[in-house]
Amino acid sequence: MTMNLQPSGVPASAVKRISSHARYETILLLRNGEQALLTIIIPLFIVIALSKTTVLSLGNAAQGFARIQTVAPSVLALAILSSAFTAQAIAVGFDRRYGVLTHIGTTPLGRRGLVISKTLAVTFIAALQVLLISAVAALLGWKPQGSILLAVGLMVLGIAAFSGIALLMAGTLRAEATLAGANLLFLLLLLGGGTVISSEQWPRSLARTIEFLPTAALADGLRAILRDGSVPSLTQWLVLLVWAVIGIALASRFFKWD
Amino acid sequence: MKYTDKRAVDGLSFDLHAGQVTAFLGPNGAGKTTTIEVCEGLRKATSGTVRVFGVDPQRFTPSERARMGVMLQSGGIPTAARAVEFVSEIAALHRDPLNVNELCERLDLHRIGRTPYRRMSGGQKQTVALAAAVVGRPELLLLDEPTAGLDPVARVKTWELINELREAGVTICLSTHYMEEAQRVADTVIIADQGKIVTQGKVSDLLSSGSSQVVLTTSTPADLDSLKQALGPGVSVASRFDDLVISGPSADEISRALVRWSSSNDVVITSLRSGDRSLEDVFFELTGRDLQ
Repeated sequence: MTMNLQPSGVPASAVKRISSHARYETILLLRNGEQALLTIIIPLFIVIALSKTTVLSLGNAAQGFARIQTVAPSVLALAILSSAFTAQAIAVGFDRRYGVLTHIGTTPLGRRGLVISKTLAVTFIAALQVLLISAVAALLGWKPQGSILLAVGLMVLGIAAFSGIALLMAGTLRAEATLAGANLLFLLLLLGGGTVISSEQWPRSLARTIEFLPTAALADGLRAILRDGSVPSLTQWLVLLVWAVIGIALASRFFKWD
Repeated sequence: MKYTDKRAVDGLSFDLHAGQVTAFLGPNGAGKTTTIEVCEGLRKATSGTVRVFGVDPQRFTPSERARMGVMLQSGGIPTAARAVEFVSEIAALHRDPLNVNELCERLDLHRIGRTPYRRMSGGQKQTVALAAAVVGRPELLLLDEPTAGLDPVARVKTWELINELREAGVTICLSTHYMEEAQRVADTVIIADQGKIVTQGKVSDLLSSGSSQVVLTTSTPADLDSLKQALGPGVSVASRFDDLVISGPSADEISRALVRWSSSNDVVITSLRSGDRSLEDVFFELTGRDLQ
């Protein structure tokens, strides 16, 4: 069988390259069983468990609201942490270790195109998580308050902040260290990052520190909008913005491609 | 394409000829991968200049990268990727790629099915990487040890594809430590050792550069001094494992001298063959070491 092998090396358009590769990265993320457990199953389990039981106190601010009103925005913040930080860090870390970043650097997509594609894929997964968790929460009686647009804006900023830290870890540490570190940080931030246990439930001295974590800023901000029907404080916006800027700046400065 | 650099590769300078296959031949540590990675823009030369398509590879844009197909020595493919799906994805980055189905059919990639990359055999991994390198219709193909770990049938298939690509006008640079591969597919060979070019030229010129060769074994260790004396000037003797490798202008002269030497020194020659040189012999003559 003979094929027409005539050279004709022309790149597809930038939009086509990035959209096609973002789609491919999404498929690879969804196919990974552990990642699906982390990003879909665990958050859904927590929504149901925390809203249907009283094992965990939700704090003074939650008084007077049905439990699901507090639990839903908290778990949305946790879900975004799982995809934009943990899943992203692990995927990029292993791609880096196995030379995927090196090879893609020789294709028309390039390294920057790859990072953009991966970020789009993670954003898509986060959107999927938000829809799924919101649907389950709605079945449990959740009635979101406030401005949806504001909530989406805060979540996008959260994705930027978590992605920056994920890329910094994945681009500077060994893949195994990233795997262990990203899972450990997920667990620590789940318990002590102000997500499901809000910062105000901790002793005052600790609470002041927790408030400056991106997880607390995102979760407190989402609770302010979606439960209280108010707006996030300036501090919450600023905390996320500063983490995003510093994370992305450090990642672009120190990222090692191979 | 010119390349000059020091350290891991030192003072290398060569041109790739358009529409030809150039093989980079050398043992591990020769600097083959480093050199290829500099040409791909993956590594920065510490000194010297490199131009590919007239451009410094460090400044490649998507346009130059679309004209180049790259196969890394190993890896480069996501562990969860499936064969045909990955090749299609690389194809989608190009405006006018090869027909993915036809290419995958030809390289037997359909048979791999849904097996993820991490569970493929070494040969399957190599073949997926080769397909990904050629699917974008490159003008320049840079293949780092494309047949390492392949079974003989897959190796011949790869060689056939390389020959067809060359006939279609693709410029190909491949690294290998199989001299047979270099002899089978290459127009030009660059032989490197420890970061330096030992020799380079057309395969036919290197193989017929005026000398013949005789390889023999003896029943008892031979006295090299008496042998050298018997062979006379202009003839070199070297030992390679149990063999003695003798190179000189005329195989006939060498054989006659050997017969005289064996009877007068009471040495029994247990095997003797004379014939054309291979690239392996060229490498051995130049470095005193074996290629593998």
